[in-house]
This record gives sequence, C-alpha cells and structure tokens, in this order.
Amino acid sequence: MNPLFAGRRRRNMIAMTLSFAATAFGLGWLVLILGVLFWEGLSGLSLKVFTEMTPPPGSDGGLLNPIMGSLIITSIAVLIGTPVGILAGTYLAEYGRYDRLTSVIRFINDILLSAPSIVIGLFVYEIMVYPMGHFSGWAGAVALSLIVIPVVVRTTEDMLLLVPNPLREAATSLGLPRAYVIRHVCYRAARAGMLTGVLLAIARISGETAPLLFTSLNNQFWSVDMNAPMASLPIVIFQFALSPYEDWQRLAWTGALIITLTVLALSITARALTSSRKES
Amino acid sequence: MVDMTAEGAAYSVAEPPSRMKILNRLRLTDTAFYWLTRLAAIGVLIILGGAIVALIDGSMLALREFGFSFLYTAHWNPVTEKFGAIAPIYGTLVTSLIAMLIAVPIGLMIAVFLTELCPASLRRPIGIAIELLAGIPSIIYGIWGLFVFAPFLQRTVQPFLIDVFGPIPVLSTIFAGPPYGIGMLTAGLILAIMVLPFITSISRDVFESVPPVLKEAAYGVGCTTWEVVRYVVLPYTRVGVIGGVMLGLGRALGETMAVTFVIGNAHRISASTLAPGTTISATIANEFTEAVGDLYSSSLVALGLILFVITFIVLAIARYMLMRLERKAA
Repeated sequence: MNPLFAGRRRRNMIAMTLSFAATAFGLGWLVLILGVLFWEGLSGLSLKVFTEMTPPPGSDGGLLNPIMGSLIITSIAVLIGTPVGILAGTYLAEYGRYDRLTSVIRFINDILLSAPSIVIGLFVYEIMVYPMGHFSGWAGAVALSLIVIPVVVRTTEDMLLLVPNPLREAATSLGLPRAYVIRHVCYRAARAGMLTGVLLAIARISGETAPLLFTSLNNQFWSVDMNAPMASLPIVIFQFALSPYEDWQRLAWTGALIITLTVLALSITARALTSSRKES
Repeated sequence: MVDMTAEGAAYSVAEPPSRMKILNRLRLTDTAFYWLTRLAAIGVLIILGGAIVALIDGSMLALREFGFSFLYTAHWNPVTEKFGAIAPIYGTLVTSLIAMLIAVPIGLMIAVFLTELCPASLRRPIGIAIELLAGIPSIIYGIWGLFVFAPFLQRTVQPFLIDVFGPIPVLSTIFAGPPYGIGMLTAGLILAIMVLPFITSISRDVFESVPPVLKEAAYGVGCTTWEVVRYVVLPYTRVGVIGGVMLGLGRALGETMAVTFVIGNAHRISASTLAPGTTISATIANEFTEAVGDLYSSSLVALGLILFVITFIVLAIARYMLMRLERKAA
C-alpha cells in the first residue's frame, strides 16, 4: 500500500483508539465513584439512620435531624426560587423577547448559573447572617434559592421559546389578554419542561454544601426553628468525614449515598420527563 | 330574561358587571402580570449587583488596611492579623491548570467518540452517563477523594512520579517531596474528573452543530475520520469549544467542597504539586466560621471578591464565545 495512505490510516487508528480510551476512562470514574459509594454507604445503611439523631462520637445514632433540616431548607429554597425564576423566565421569553434588556439579563443569568456557590454563601452571610447577628435556617434557604433561580429562569425561558407561535396567535385572536395567553396556554404547553427545570434545580441544591457553611451552619440537635442554626446533610457529611472518629466517617458515607441516590433519581426523572415529551 | 334579572337581584346587590368592568379587570391583571415578570427578571440583575456590592462592602476593611499589597503578599497570620492573598490565588490557578490540562484533551476525545464513532444506539446512554457524572454533588467527590483517591495516589502514583522525574531538572521540583496523598496534584486531578463532563457535553453539542454537508464533503474526498475531526469539525467549532473549555475553567476555579477535602489547607506557595496548598474557596470554607476579628473575616470576604471577579471574567468570556457560535448557527 502507498506509504502515505498507511500513515494516514495509522494516525486515524491511533486517534480513534485514544477517543475510545478516553470514553472508557470517563465512564470508569463514574463506575468507580458509584461503586465505592454503594460499598461504603450500604454497610452503614439501616433504619436507625432515618430514626435517630446524629450521635456524639463513639455512640450509635442516625441522621434524622440533618435529613429533616435538608428537606426543610431545600423545600423553602424551592418555594422561594421557583416562582421568581418562572416569572423572570416568562418575561425573557414572552414580554421581553426582543428587548435589549433581555439579552443582558440572559447573559447575567448564565453567569449566575455557574458562579461559585461559596460566593453566594458569603453574599447571604453579608446581607442576612451579619445584620441579624446569628446563623439561621432562613439564611440557608435564601442562599439555596439564589442557586435555584438561575436554573429555573433558564429552563422556563427555553421551554417557553419552544411553544409554537400559532398557539399564542390562536388564543390572542379569541380576545384573550397576554397574561391569560401566557398562563393558560403557554404554561400548559411548556409544563413538562418547566417541571424538569424545577427538578434539576432541586437536584442541584440538594448536594450543595458551600452556601450552607456560613448561613444555616449546623445543629447537633433536633430543631425545626428556621431562626436558629439548622443541620443539613451536606454539612454533616463535611464535618463527619473530616473527623477522626470511625463511626462518624461511616455515617458520612451513608449520608453521601442518600444524597447521591436522591440527586440521581431526580435527574433521571427529569430526563424521562423531557424525553417522553419529545416523543409525544 | 325575567329569571336572570331575578337571579341577579337575589345573588348580588350590585349591578351585574358591565363589559367595561371586565375589560378593565383583564387589562389590570395583564399590566400587573407584566410588571411582576419584569420585576422578577430585573431581580436577576439585582442578585448579581447585590452580590458584588455586598462583597465589596464586606471586604472594605481588609482592602483599606492592606491596599493592593493584599493581592501579592503571602502572609496569612491570624495572630498578627497580617493577610495576603497570593498563596490561595496561586493554589486556585495551579489546581485549575492541572485540571484543564487533563480534562480538555480527554473531554474533547470523548466528544469525538460520541459524535463520530459511537453506534447510534449507545450515544444516548453514554451521553447520559457522562452527564450523571456532572450531577454528582461536589461533596461526594470530596469524601471519595479523601478516603479512596488520595490514599491510592499516595501509595502508587506519587512515589512513581517522584522516582521517575527525580533525576530530571525542572520536573524534579514539580514532583518533589514526600508523597502526602493530599495536595495540589490530588485536588487538580479531582477537579479534572469534575469538569470533564461539562467540557464533554458542551463540545458534543457544538460538534453536532457542524452541518453534515461539510463532513460528508470531507469524507467524500477520502478523509479519514481523524482528518475530518481535525480539519473540518475542530476549525468550524473552535469558538464553541473554547467557550466550553472556559465554562469548565470557571467551574474548576470556583469549586469548593471537593478541593477543601484534599488540598491540605496550607498557606504556602511551593513549586511541588505534591505539596499541600490551599485555594481561595478552600480557605474561605475552612476558616470563615472560625475567623475571629473583623479584619480576619473581612480578608476572607476580600478573597471571595477576588474569586468572584476572576470567575466572572472567565465565565463572561465563555458565554460570549458560545453566544457568537449560536449567532453563527442561527
């Protein structure tokens, strides 16, 4: 064979083998991380984890108060962030679609989407914790809601832009004002996609640690008082994993497994929602 | 008709709502909804503006005390209250550099595999698997890095690096010192695993934006797959790929928890990547709640401000490039 062809084929073979190897490498980490997580986490998983409080080192206990705290903080964050995000996304896609302000907001929103979450924590510390004089569950919820907002804005806008214009025109020709068209026609058409956005936002914040470090802090005891420091799973994992006590470390692994399963379940559900919408 | 008026009299004392009234109410809700959405959209700007103002306000004390020397001095002494940011800035840049050196080529190769080589039936599952890797919270990477990855590196990879590169002049300083396990190299490697999915999914998306006609023409004149990628796909998508890489870099610079676990939190600058160091985010995460004294916490907020400015610039460039590509595609 012509040596030029042989050389080109060889180079192609090398490059293709490398890209195959890179994919195996990337997937390998996923398997490795999940494998270790299940191995370490399952060994500590029992009913006690969900029914008992975090223990002092050396004694038995569970993760009830951080699980509860995470649920409360996350729910409130979603309750604050979702309406704001949906409204803002609505403006970008509907009222202000051709506005110059829209492209600025979209740009800023995209930056907020990947801004370092620890900076969000510092921001909320400056505006809430410092003036109030104490750490609180509210501050944690606000910090997380600031992460929810850009995610929901983005998906709401994208999904509303996918709604075909004839739908809007048909509704408008019946004499419906804009607000009704948006709420009763566009929202209904984009519902699955918007729900996906909310689910992805929940998945995103349920593992966030950095913004909670100096907002909701931590609490060793059972507390549902939003004005007091509140325990949350990621913070407890952080504290327990870095402790020298073996039983704390085991609980950290179990907590890590719970968070990961939650996040994976949420993102797979979100994906299933969008793909079933595409097929229908 | 008679019935209806009787009903109206029975159920409402007021006159039945006139057409005008209904129209007015509709107009009112319409205007209200418009302003509500507009307000929420402006809220996004307020969040960013508020964050910048709050961070500047919080760091004022430190910036006034140290001035510009805060940026280039290396002291970090809570006892004498002397603070300088160069060690964490250095750590942030070095770990992110290591991460990008590893993640960019591998991420691009995975994207090539997904768009050019992979059988169509496997494309979606592999793509989803890679994206799941992006969904794993960073604290999971942290705990895994601390208990599994760092000890593994300490036992195998690090002694190997020290042995192999020991006799070579420059490399021996980069890989010098005892294998601690934790350190800047470990943090960089974990960051690489974390940003890999971001780079992969964005470059896959931009690779898919190449018009098939271009690729088919190249295949038609006898190019190999690699040549199509190298001379058609990559030049066409260069802007988008750079955007994706910058987006990954933005993530790496600001990543907190995964790094905090494995960096070692030592305020010093050492040429060896095996030595413990610190990053901006790790310093804040580790020290902020324990910071005693206004100057100490103010210095930490100033670190946060620096991090925010750096990532803002990087992310802005990334978004700008991706926007340019979108405009080209449209």
